Amino acid sequence: MNGLKNPRVIGTLVVLLLLALTPVVFGNENYIMRVVTVGLCSAIAVYGMNIILGFTGQLSLAQGGFFGIGAYAVGLLTTDYDWSFWSAFAAAVVGTAVIGYLSGLIALRTKDEYFAIFTMAIGFIIYLTISRWESVTHAHSGVNNVKFPEGGGILDFSTPTAMFYLVFVVLLVTVYITFAIRRSSVGRTLLTIRTSEDLADAIGVSVGMSKQLAFAASAVLGGVGGAFYATVVGFIGPDAASVDKTFEFLMFILVGGMGTVAGPLVGSMIVTYLFEFFQDFQAYRFIVLGPIIIALVIFAPRGIVGYLGGFVDKRNRKKRVEAARSEANSKSSAPHDTTDASASTHAERTK
Amino acid sequence: MMLLEIHGLGKRFGGLDAVKDVDLDVEAGQITAVIGPNGAGKSTLFNLVHGFYRPTSGTVTFNGRNITQSSPHSTVADGIARTFQTTHLFDDTTLLENVLAGRIVRSKSNVFDAIFHTPRHRRETKINHDTALEALEFCGVSEYRNDLASNVPQEVQKRTAVAMALATEPELILLDEPAGGIPEEETTDFGNLIRSLPKRGVSVLLVEHKMSMIMDLADKILVLDHGQKLAIGTPEEIQSNPDVIRAYLGSAKDEEN
Repeated sequence: MNGLKNPRVIGTLVVLLLLALTPVVFGNENYIMRVVTVGLCSAIAVYGMNIILGFTGQLSLAQGGFFGIGAYAVGLLTTDYDWSFWSAFAAAVVGTAVIGYLSGLIALRTKDEYFAIFTMAIGFIIYLTISRWESVTHAHSGVNNVKFPEGGGILDFSTPTAMFYLVFVVLLVTVYITFAIRRSSVGRTLLTIRTSEDLADAIGVSVGMSKQLAFAASAVLGGVGGAFYATVVGFIGPDAASVDKTFEFLMFILVGGMGTVAGPLVGSMIVTYLFEFFQDFQAYRFIVLGPIIIALVIFAPRGIVGYLGGFVDKRNRKKRVEAARSEANSKSSAPHDTTDASASTHAERTK
Repeated sequence: MMLLEIHGLGKRFGGLDAVKDVDLDVEAGQITAVIGPNGAGKSTLFNLVHGFYRPTSGTVTFNGRNITQSSPHSTVADGIARTFQTTHLFDDTTLLENVLAGRIVRSKSNVFDAIFHTPRHRRETKINHDTALEALEFCGVSEYRNDLASNVPQEVQKRTAVAMALATEPELILLDEPAGGIPEEETTDFGNLIRSLPKRGVSVLLVEHKMSMIMDLADKILVLDHGQKLAIGTPEEIQSNPDVIRAYLGSAKDEEN
């Protein structure tokens, strides 16, 4: 396959490989391992946001809420109800799929900024439910001692390294699914909706249903990220579902690059690192981070990965355009000559 | 049998009849044109046939099926494609990607096929690619296939819009002012493209302002005025119809002078 010659694929693989080596370097530093693993959980949720925002072009601000639902499904079921992690995880996936689909039915009747506000309201409702429904969620006391995933007697996920690799594998699956979607007619469907809903409609795309499924899929990935977040940190509070979480994810995807395969991962890792680096500043870290984000949005609106990918695309396209031209010239079939001539003079005129 | 039958079709916007009581039969293998002054309801008629608007009265039948209440994505699936008056393309992607988007409606593989790379997915990917290239070639723009849609001349864009519509494998194509914005001297080439569509098994329903082009191309012409039928017939009949000359050709001449 020519995929391995593609700089985009190589870049993604290098990032993944570097990440896979993290435990080799920091294996004994529990704090660092935990920060990186939490970053991976966020990255999974950000991949969810990538489907609805990056591919489909709908700014959903409910992602923090779905993250919280995933976290609390695992947190409550494994403690108060003594389920195993994996059955609680399955419940988290099904739960976020159903809630995502149902809220999408209403939310997707709105468009653009109204959709953003509406989904933010959904996120708020989820947060308020979790932080106020004390008899079920323990409100601000949170949930303690969330179970580790069971390894079936073969693997022990209580060590930071094993936990890291578990989340890493889930992330790999997420990245691959994103890659597969991007390449297929499913991805093309979502991208046409992002560019123009009217035109998508005109070429036979069922816009409503596609948006619906994309929204549900993004909710599920939010839930998966949250479910692993709960087991990685062991203790969760209502903050896991807060709207701040949504904007954190939004920052990750803006920095990394919307609609790209590697963007959410790169963004999550870099911003997580910056958060840690400026940790001493506490709440004031946004004074430093804010301008960085603003500069990025101005100078590289498609994020780091989008920015780098732009160069690759340009070079590749130039090559392919030239190849297509020379092929056409060598054919130089007579009936097309008139069209070619008129079109090329036209092209010069527009230059 | 008629390919498309329109009976008593009407659309009211508030108190205004944009289209009222229009009858039109489109025969398979023919080029049918709709003309009329600005605001005569030509584009509205297209939107009604394609499902963007729901008619307030009348019926639309395609291949014997009632499609009056169909939404656009099912009309496209049934075999009616369209292009827009102002050229609509996905600007930030290549022409090939644009035409591939026209294949979505004929693709059956889903997310799971893509994830597991099933034989169906591979087969479909190849068919879609071949069909898209063929459509670009047919419209004479295959050499631009890797150019961004925003970087090519207007005429190439117009041709690509036709290619994108053809990629949906239609039996009928609705062209809304396909030659609009193309310099007069290049319309002959574009007319040849439209004329070659019926030979491909694609019938044409066309709205156009360039009279010489219409008279040259169309087998049958419907003249609309204020949303209603003024006349219908062959180009010769239309050209000699006194009502038409007064309402459309005459007034157009007045404007020119």
